[in-house]
Amino acid sequence: MGEAIVVTSGKGGVGKTTTSANLGTALALQGKKVCMVDTDIGLRNLDVVMGLENRIIYDIIDVAEGRCRLAQALVKDKRFDELYMLPAAQTKDKHDIEPDQVKRIIDDLKRDFDYVVIDCPAGIEQGFRNAVAGADAAIVVTTPENAAVRDADRVIGLLEQQRIPARLIINRIRPNMVKSGEMLDVDEIVQVLAIDLLGIVPDDERVIKAANTGEPTVLDPSSRAAIAYRNIARRVLGEKVPLMQLEDKTGMMQRLRKFFGMG
Amino acid sequence: MTGKQRIVIKGVKDGLVFLLDDRCEMDELLAELNDKLERSHQKLLTGPLVHVRLKLGNRRLTEADRERLIDVIRRRGNLIIRSIEAAPDPEEQPAGAGTLHVVSGVIRSGQTVEREGHLLLLGDVNPGGTVCCTGDIYIMGALRGTAHAGCRGDAGAVIAAALMRPTQLRIADIISRPPEEWVSDDAQMEFAYLEDGRMRIDKISRLNRFRKDPIVFKGV
Repeated sequence: MGEAIVVTSGKGGVGKTTTSANLGTALALQGKKVCMVDTDIGLRNLDVVMGLENRIIYDIIDVAEGRCRLAQALVKDKRFDELYMLPAAQTKDKHDIEPDQVKRIIDDLKRDFDYVVIDCPAGIEQGFRNAVAGADAAIVVTTPENAAVRDADRVIGLLEQQRIPARLIINRIRPNMVKSGEMLDVDEIVQVLAIDLLGIVPDDERVIKAANTGEPTVLDPSSRAAIAYRNIARRVLGEKVPLMQLEDKTGMMQRLRKFFGMG
Repeated sequence: MTGKQRIVIKGVKDGLVFLLDDRCEMDELLAELNDKLERSHQKLLTGPLVHVRLKLGNRRLTEADRERLIDVIRRRGNLIIRSIEAAPDPEEQPAGAGTLHVVSGVIRSGQTVEREGHLLLLGDVNPGGTVCCTGDIYIMGALRGTAHAGCRGDAGAVIAAALMRPTQLRIADIISRPPEEWVSDDAQMEFAYLEDGRMRIDKISRLNRFRKDPIVFKGV
């Protein structure tokens, strides 16, 4: 029996889909059998980020309404044999499926896969209720902005009501801005949200490029964000991996100064 | 007869309501009541049985005055007293007031905790979260959201927090928004109170001065 993890945030645009795609791919890299489920019905884009848009035949609504079997709707990834995706419907909306139906589908998937990664839509309405219905655990994604942290807090409250344990990913951190005090730092956010930190992901332009080409960032080991997502996947698997150092590469002089305690 | 009426009689669906003035002397009130029942409203008040409710306003009746009042009404055989009501006494404490409620957990954005009496919160109040009670609020954690103490109008209520970084503070009907109205440097172990209708912040160690509670500790 696998584990279903919902990736959620409340606010839009903080990187839920990117995180889902990269976490799913990173778990597959670790040799796990993974299925990603897009529950953003009407605004699906996990398939675009994964580069699988043109392989979709059926979607989650077709499964829920019995037009196809679950196995028929799963889209196999082009890079990994054990990575699949269940796409959302694009022509329907969030009210065309009920939390119970989603839960049944997730429960079925858990029988065949080690991990089911559920990509949640923004907001806290029906779409959110659908996405969390079958989840055993949650990953709350936020960015170092007050608005995103507020929404994350709201979502954590809702998850606590449903007794779904949540862990935090802070996405798109810019070390230089944190250093100069222009951006909320990690400790501040963790203090307010008071849940375990699963990982931090630095802001990386390559993530945008990767999303546009349909190649998850995590496959490019020279990207710092890729390393961050790989670390997150290892932590999900239960390994203890220290948090990544965010300091930008420093010059020789600076490192020397730091060494002598003058930095 | 003076211009101002001391007794107003209103017809309602299930009978009559007598609104009795609460500032005049009891004797004057009874005299006018008697006068109304016997003379001016005699026609209206004879006939079938009518239920009557007496509203006293802020007047507090002694047992003897109460008897006299009932007596005057009873003299009209068709009036049946259903109730004698007075406005609630602000001095009287409603049920639950004065008790200390202990709540533990993080009050997150969108969540509200409301209690009658005082509230001790073991945890934080996050931005967007609200705690509200009729008495004092003590927070062993960070107050980053909104706190409303004395929400029924008790201006003597206080809000204390281990870390005072609120979005908004309210005591009774005074609303205060930091940092426009006050700033505190380290925000640790502070309490908010009202002084001359303005919100003030001070260190918790000075709370007993505000309360004027004598400190009595046993010891050497």
